[in-house]
Amino acid sequence: MRAANKAHQQQQADERGRRKNAAARARALAEKKADAMPVVHLEGEKQERFVDAVLTDPAPRGGILEVFQQRYLLRLIVGRELAQLYAASLLGLLWSYIQPALRFVVYYFVFGVVIAAHRGIPNFAIHLFCGIVFVHYFSETWSAGTRSIWSNRNLVLKMRVPREIFPVASMVVAFYHTGPQILVLMIASIVVGWHLSFTAVAAGVLGFAILFTFAGAMALIFAALNVYFRDFQNIVATITQFLHFMVPMMYPFSLVHDMVDKHPVIYQLYMANPLAEAVLLMQKFFWQASVDDPSSVANEFPPDLWTRGFVILGACLLLLLFAQKFFARLEGKFPERL
Amino acid sequence: MTESIVVDHVSKTFTMQYHRTLKQMAVATVRGLPLNETFQAVNDVSFTVEQGESIGLMGLNGSGKSTLLKLINGVMRPDAGTIRTRGRIAGLIATGTGFHPQLSGRDNLFLNAAILGMSEAETKRKFDEIVDFANLGKFLDTPVSHYSSGMYARLGFSIAIHVDADIFLADEVLAVGDKPFKKKCMVKMQEVRKQGTTIFYVSHAAASVRAMCDRVLVLESGHLNFDGGTDEGIRYLQYDDDEASQEELLDGELGADV
Ligand SMILES: Nc1ncnc2c1ncn2[C@@H]1O[C@H](COP(=O)(O)OP(=O)(O)OP(=O)(O)O)[C@@H](O)[C@H]1O
Ligand SMILES: [Mg+2]
Repeated sequence: MRAANKAHQQQQADERGRRKNAAARARALAEKKADAMPVVHLEGEKQERFVDAVLTDPAPRGGILEVFQQRYLLRLIVGRELAQLYAASLLGLLWSYIQPALRFVVYYFVFGVVIAAHRGIPNFAIHLFCGIVFVHYFSETWSAGTRSIWSNRNLVLKMRVPREIFPVASMVVAFYHTGPQILVLMIASIVVGWHLSFTAVAAGVLGFAILFTFAGAMALIFAALNVYFRDFQNIVATITQFLHFMVPMMYPFSLVHDMVDKHPVIYQLYMANPLAEAVLLMQKFFWQASVDDPSSVANEFPPDLWTRGFVILGACLLLLLFAQKFFARLEGKFPERL
Repeated sequence: MTESIVVDHVSKTFTMQYHRTLKQMAVATVRGLPLNETFQAVNDVSFTVEQGESIGLMGLNGSGKSTLLKLINGVMRPDAGTIRTRGRIAGLIATGTGFHPQLSGRDNLFLNAAILGMSEAETKRKFDEIVDFANLGKFLDTPVSHYSSGMYARLGFSIAIHVDADIFLADEVLAVGDKPFKKKCMVKMQEVRKQGTTIFYVSHAAASVRAMCDRVLVLESGHLNFDGGTDEGIRYLQYDDDEASQEELLDGELGADV
């Protein structure tokens, strides 16, 4: 009992000593800090500054619209992403063409030559490349967009920017990579006999609209989620590996359509994928219009291609709206989660 | 006089997440441990700053100064209350700006200036001035990851001070700068102050605050406990004046930062 008491007293004495010591050091620190900054006095009269602005929220919720008001900043961020992607790389921008080119060669060999899935598909190369290009655009936007906030945390933590600018920049960067591929696709289509028609152009416009809204919405949603749990970037990386098989490009759409009676649910699920619809519309623009007799391949498109297209576009617009709301909700907590 | 910053009953609460993996969360739930804890870094703070006022923001480590500045420049949003500011805000919060390590000083300069609201033409016009002030020599075109921390701070400060902002926030920005550069920065800040820019200056150096500021705010664990003249503010902070308050210091938060 006595011993315990004594030990306790000793402990208290130790504690006091430690605190005294700490206090002395705290004072020393404060003194050191006191002259740590040079003293410079104001010279002359202070002037009055007229600020031609109203009192506003320093963190406005402008969303994606604010991004488009700051195009100069967007351009710099896109330029920065590109520079960073190809820093210390010998082939540089070429890399983003080598990958789809190789993919094309391999798929063409396996599905075109070995499996001969292209029987009945005239201009199979264009049918295939059309899918590769647009799936590539979507995959790149989605995966880069997902990582965008996390990899720009330096900026997000220190400076006020509309944070939607990073996923949007990923969309632009991805387009920068796919743009020349689309050009190649266009030239190839013209070479084999592409001809302009109103339906083709309408399909192209609708296809692009679906592709952009869907990719943008997914990039926004996953960019926000990825700040909280980095698992999402792995999930996205995994899913993008399968995307090529989930759109009709290596195999004809008619094979998919054959499922409509036997497996209606699977068929509907397959067709509910906005990417599949976008690729079909793009094939209508590039591929069908390049076939000698377009009506001969009419069965390679779903009978309800157009209604489906508009419904999916509507759904994607709603999804984009939801994505913006979702992003804005989570965005407030980004700085403390990064 | 026009209002420059209006802070009205602002609070900011942080959620601290303890468990990041599913397994850890499951274990914590089974044991009945909390999954997260909240921490109020800024607590019901209200004040108004007129255009051209120079404010010294003081307080111990962890009292919420940087958090308050982040709320003012819009990096964070308050959980309660409102903040309104007038005009362009520039400044540096905690050491290091939003630089991208792989980019050169030049590219970072353009990017930072754009974020602070400068157009391309404006940046080009001020480019030489900014580079001269930062005095980076031939390092301007090397990636900033090769910069020393002082050079990093120089460039960051130089950009922020040349933005011609209406509100300038300086949060211990110069902690890593050398003596001559610190001096140069203080001269420049006084110049900006003279032009009528609202200044928020965070520093533990009493003498420097006395020279730079017209008014002092003292934060103590998130509460705004003092708002008034510079000398009174600094006196308010002098815990070690007499024996009685020295005990306070012993028990108080200061112990944590030594
Ligand atoms: N992202 C965050 N998550 C949780 N807590 C945080 C976060 N950021 C800051 N805090 C806490 O908020 C409190 C205030 O931090 P702040 O950086 O504002 O202090 P400060 O007054 O600037 O201190 P110093 O003098 O050291 O710069 C600290 O206790 C800190 O731990
Ligand atoms: Mg701080």
